[in-house]
Amino acid sequence: MMVLFVDVLLWTIAAMLAVVAASRGRVLFRDSAREGLVDFVKLIPRILLGVVGAGYIAALLPQEVVGRWLGADSGATGLAIAMLGGALTPGGPVIGFSIGAAAIKGGAGAPQVIAYTTAWALFAFQRLFIWELGIMPARLVWLRVAVSWPLPLLAALGAMLLGRP
Amino acid sequence: MSEAPIQRRPRKSFDWSTAFIAVVVFGAAIVVYWRDGEARFLEILSHDVTLFIDILPKVLAACLIASFVAVLMPRDVVVRWVGAESGFLGIVIASLAGVICPGGPITIFPIASAFIAVGADVGATIAFVTSWTLLGYGRALVWELPFFGPDFVIWRSLVAIPLPILAGLLARWLVRALGKRWDAGR
Repeated sequence: MMVLFVDVLLWTIAAMLAVVAASRGRVLFRDSAREGLVDFVKLIPRILLGVVGAGYIAALLPQEVVGRWLGADSGATGLAIAMLGGALTPGGPVIGFSIGAAAIKGGAGAPQVIAYTTAWALFAFQRLFIWELGIMPARLVWLRVAVSWPLPLLAALGAMLLGRP
Repeated sequence: MSEAPIQRRPRKSFDWSTAFIAVVVFGAAIVVYWRDGEARFLEILSHDVTLFIDILPKVLAACLIASFVAVLMPRDVVVRWVGAESGFLGIVIASLAGVICPGGPITIFPIASAFIAVGADVGATIAFVTSWTLLGYGRALVWELPFFGPDFVIWRSLVAIPLPILAGLLARWLVRALGKRWDAGR
């Protein structure tokens, strides 16, 4: 249901922009629509590799080991491992969350899991290489990585200050 | 319109970063086949191919949105709201935009590139991407909620609220510290 909602929302925005573009002139509309289509076609091999590849990489991850390393009493080492593990977890919508949720069930500490999912959201190497470097200017990507490394630690710290939900 | 034409980065369909991932993926697929057998190999393949087909329409919509945004977004508005002179407020606006922007990385990165092309500030753009990454409602609702439950998601989101703003400010500071070396790369 929510997935469908995102689709509908995206296409509504695209349609509204298309109408505005068309009202500004046919050439402008045709050129920008064609540019969008060309971008789409060029992205297809990456998407195939990213989506299909994520499943195989996830299948090789030892989930119970992850849970043990991120234990509630693992302290600063646990946080560091969580950050590194998050960055090394492949991108894709499900993997980081499923490992994080499995880790919590396996006795991992909540701040460690927050650090893990935050690091994964920010740095997942596969998303970084496939999507971000493929689409955005490279130096902008590396600038983002350079300024983002403290964020998982700050998230974990904030989680400790706020206490458990 | 007297504005300079917008320079968009030509997009290659295959390059070294994709090649690197391709090697990792094929390696992982071979290990899965060899270790877990053909049935498991095909199960993962069919699941992921379904997912692939499912996201294609989203990707197309995102590419169209990005290319329309690039031609329609009035450059002076972008510069005023999230340009180099937009200050702290520009970073806050960009962070809010990241929260409400729908879709996945395929949506957000083309749109962020379009923003940069029409004159958005690097700090604001990084705040936008970071905010989408950590606070985007689409991902939180669709993927995080089912795994963690609402309490955890709300708690994690509260903790993450200041982070995009911080990333944007740090990025601005770093660009300023790099000075000429950053400009030289443009």
